[in-house]
Amino acid sequence: MELELRGITKRFPGVVANDDVNLHVRGGEVLALVGENGAGKSTLMNVLYGLYKADEGEILIDGVPQHFTSPRDAIAAGIGMVHQHFMLVPVFTVAENVVMGVEPTSLGGIKLDLATAREQVRTISEQYGMHLDPDALIEDMPVGLQQRVEIIKVLFRHAKIVVFDEPTAVLTPQEIDDFFVIVESLKADGKGIVFITHKLREAIKVADRIEVLRRGKTVGDADPKTVKDTELAEMMVGRPVDLVVDKAQHEPGDVVLELRDFTVSDPSGRVLVDHVGLQVRAGEIVGIAGVQGNGQTELVDALVGLRRVAGGTVHLVGQDITVATPRDMHRHGVAHIPEDRQREGIVKDFDITENLALTGYYAPPLSSGLTIDWKAARTTAEHLVEQFDIRTPSVDTGVGTLSGGNQQKVIVARELSRDLKLAIACQPTRGIDVGSIEYIHERIVALRDAGVAVLVVSTELDEVMALADRVVVMYRGKVVADLPRASTSHNEVGLYMAGAKESAA
Amino acid sequence: MTAATVDGSPAAAPEEKPKLVVFFDRIDAYNNLLLPFLAIVSALIVGAFIIGLTDIDRLKEGDIGGILTTIKDAYIALPTGALGSLGGISETIVSATPLILAGLCFAVAARSGLFNIGATGQMFAGGMASVWVGFTMDGPGIVQVPLALLAGIIAGGLWGGIVGILKARTGAHEVITTIMTNYIAGLLTLWLLKTEAFQQPGKDNPVSKTVSDKGRLPELFFWSDDPSLRAHWGFLVALGGAVFMWWLFERSKVGFELRTFGSNADAARYAGMKPATLTTLAMFIAGGLAGLGGATQIIGTQGYATESFAGSIGFDAIAVALLGRNKPVGIVFAAFLFGILEAGGRKMQLETDIPLDVVLVLRALIVLFIAAPALTRLIWRLKSEGSTSVLQFRGWGA
Repeated sequence: MELELRGITKRFPGVVANDDVNLHVRGGEVLALVGENGAGKSTLMNVLYGLYKADEGEILIDGVPQHFTSPRDAIAAGIGMVHQHFMLVPVFTVAENVVMGVEPTSLGGIKLDLATAREQVRTISEQYGMHLDPDALIEDMPVGLQQRVEIIKVLFRHAKIVVFDEPTAVLTPQEIDDFFVIVESLKADGKGIVFITHKLREAIKVADRIEVLRRGKTVGDADPKTVKDTELAEMMVGRPVDLVVDKAQHEPGDVVLELRDFTVSDPSGRVLVDHVGLQVRAGEIVGIAGVQGNGQTELVDALVGLRRVAGGTVHLVGQDITVATPRDMHRHGVAHIPEDRQREGIVKDFDITENLALTGYYAPPLSSGLTIDWKAARTTAEHLVEQFDIRTPSVDTGVGTLSGGNQQKVIVARELSRDLKLAIACQPTRGIDVGSIEYIHERIVALRDAGVAVLVVSTELDEVMALADRVVVMYRGKVVADLPRASTSHNEVGLYMAGAKESAA
Repeated sequence: MTAATVDGSPAAAPEEKPKLVVFFDRIDAYNNLLLPFLAIVSALIVGAFIIGLTDIDRLKEGDIGGILTTIKDAYIALPTGALGSLGGISETIVSATPLILAGLCFAVAARSGLFNIGATGQMFAGGMASVWVGFTMDGPGIVQVPLALLAGIIAGGLWGGIVGILKARTGAHEVITTIMTNYIAGLLTLWLLKTEAFQQPGKDNPVSKTVSDKGRLPELFFWSDDPSLRAHWGFLVALGGAVFMWWLFERSKVGFELRTFGSNADAARYAGMKPATLTTLAMFIAGGLAGLGGATQIIGTQGYATESFAGSIGFDAIAVALLGRNKPVGIVFAAFLFGILEAGGRKMQLETDIPLDVVLVLRALIVLFIAAPALTRLIWRLKSEGSTSVLQFRGWGA
C-alpha cells in the first residue's frame, strides 16, 4: 500500500496552516515528519485522518483519490493513528479497550464475545513482540505498555499505514528503545509508518526518510544516514541553531536550598515523596530527572507551598520555610516556573500585562494600597516583552493567542526578572519551539552564573543533561541517584530512571 | 491517560496560529455587541408570531391584516409606553434599578467563578435590614438614608457570605446552598413581618411598618410635582454600584484576584492567592450588591416591606447579567431593556388587548437566544464559531 498526500493546502481564517504539502509513504517504510510546534504537522495529520477537510489537494491510496469525511473513513481505508494522548478506559482490560467500538459478538450480535477478542489481541501482541496480557487492566500498566495497547487497537482495525504523533514524549529512555523495536517489526511486516516528532535524534535513528515541515510548507527531505541533527534543526527553524547549551565552568557557593527527610503523601496516606534529602547551592543548577509520575511534581508542589509537607524540613539560606505559602516563597525571592503552563502558569483569558503581573501584583511597584497601578504594570510589561523577546503585537494581546513558546517566555520573564535566591523550573521547555528552548536555556544558565540556585525538573533527559551541574534521579518518590553531571552519562541516568539501578544516594 | 500534558492536541488549530486567534478575537469583540443585538431582534421576530397567535379571534377569521396590525400595535406600544412619556421613563427606571444591582450581584460572583442564584435571598436580607433602619429612625435623611443602604449592603453581604463560607470550608456547591438560603430568607422575612417588631400595627397581613419620610430615597424627578413619578435616587445608587464593579475588577487588587480565581483557580493558587478567602469575599460582595438592591426597593420604591418585595428580580437578574455579558455597562443597558419591556408591557396591556405575559415570553426568548449563541449564529448565518467565552463555572464540589 502506498499513501500519498498531494498538494494539501489547509487555510484557517488569516493563516495557511498547510501550504501545498506533498508527502508519500510506502508499506515497509518509516517516514519521520519533523517540525516545530505550530509548523502544521498536526493539521496535516488531521486532514489525513478525516478530521479536517483540505481546501486544496488530494489524498491518494495506491493512486486512487480518497474522500475522508471522518476518522471512520480513514480507518476503513487502512490508516491508523496513535495519538499523543492515549484514549483508553483505565478500568477496562487490554482486550476490552482494543475491541471497543468494533466488538466481536456472538448469539446474533447480542453477546460480547470476549474470548475471541482476547485471542485476537494475544495473536497481534505476539506477532509484533509486544508481550501484552489481554486481561491486564490499563490503570495497572506503565505508560510504555499503554502505548502498545494503542498500537494494537490500530492494528486490530487492519491499519496498513500507522501514524504516531509524538510517541516518545511520555516514555522513559528504555521504553523508547523498546518502542523502536516494535516500529521495526511493524515495518518488517510491511506497514507504512509516519512518525511525527520534534526530537531530531529519534528521527535520525528510526526513519528511512525524513521530511521537514516549516510554517506549513515542506521545506525539504533528508536522508537519515547522512544528515546531521544540526542540519535538520536548521531546516526546521530556518536558521542555524545551537543545540548545545553554552555553559562555562562555575564554582557553586553556599547552600541555598536544603531539604531534609522531605516527605509528601496523598490524602489517603500513600507516600509520594519519600524522605528526600537535597541541596542546591548558589550558582549551581541541580537537575531532577525521572519519568513522569515518580514524585517530582509533588516534591515541587510541596516545596513551593501548594501541597502539605508530611514530614521533614526545608531551609532557604538557613531559614526554615517548611510551611511557607506560595506568597511567602515569592517574598523570599523564590521563582517558580510551573510544570503545567496552561493550567497554572498563565491565565489564558488575561492579556500579557495581566499575566506578567500575576505573581507580583500584590506589592509595589505594581500596586499600592487597594489598587493595582496598571499603568506601571503596562510599562513593566512592555519592558519585559522587549527584554525577553516575547513575540506579540502588543502587551494588550491575550496570552491565550500566543504560541506555546511565547507563553512560556511570559512565565519566564515574570518569574526570573527580579532579585532571586532560588529558581525552580519545571518542564521549562515542554512543547515549545527550538528558538524559545535555546533562549530559555540561556536564561537559566545566566541565572546560575549570576549566583542564583537553580532547580530544574524535567522528564526530558536531554534537557537535564544539557543544563544541570548535578543530576538527581527520582524513582518512586525516592532520590535514587545524585551524580555530578561531568561524571555521568545518559545511559547511567536512564538506568536509574527506570529503577534498574540504585545507588547509595 | 492523564499524565501527558504536553500540548499540541490535534484539535488546537488556533494554538498553532496566533494570527488566526487575533482574527477571532476581533470577531469576538464585535460579537459582544452583535450577538446580543441579534438575539433581541430574533426574539422580537419570534415574539411577533406568538403575539399573532394570541389574537385567536382574528386568527380564526383568517384576518392576516388584522393580526399584523395587532403585532404592529404591540411593538409600538412597548417602546412608547416605556419611553414616550416622563411617566413611562420613570417606570422604566423603577423596574431597571433593582435589576441593575441584582445583575451586578450575579456578575461579580460569575466573574469570580461562582454561580450565585441567591440574589433573591440576599435582597430579602438587605431589604429587611434597611426597612428596620427605615422605620426605627426618623431622620435626618442625610444620615438615615446612607445608614439604611449600608445596613442593606451588610445584611445582604453576610447572607451571601454564609454561602461563600460553606463553599470554602466544606465544598458545598453554591447552587444548592443559594437555593436553600433563598427559601430560608423568604420564610424568615414572612416570619419577621408577623413579629411585633416589624409588623405594621393594625394590620393582619404581613406588611412592615412604613419607612419614615426622611428615610426615603429622594425622588429622581424632584422638579416635578407629579406624585406618580416614582423613580428615585436608587437609580443613581445602582449606577454607583456599576461604577464600583468596574473599579473592583479593573483597578483593585482584590478584583484582580477574584478575576484570576474565576478564570483559572489553579493559577490563582499558584500565584499565592487564597481561594477560600476569595470565595467568601466574592459572595460577600455579590450579596452586598443584591442587598443594596433590596434596600433601594424598600426605602426607594415601596416604603415598606412585604413578603414578596424581591419578587422574581433575583432570577430576572441572571438573564440581565447574561445579556450584559457580566460587564457593568452591559448590565446597565440590559437592565434598562428589561425595564422597558416591563414598563412598556403594562402600558401595552392597557392600550391593546395583548396580555402582559407576552412580555415575559419576549424576555424568555431574548434569554434563550443569548444563552444559545450557536442558535443565533445559525439563524443569522454567522459563519465563525468565534471564541465566544460562555460563562464557565467550576463543577460540583470543585
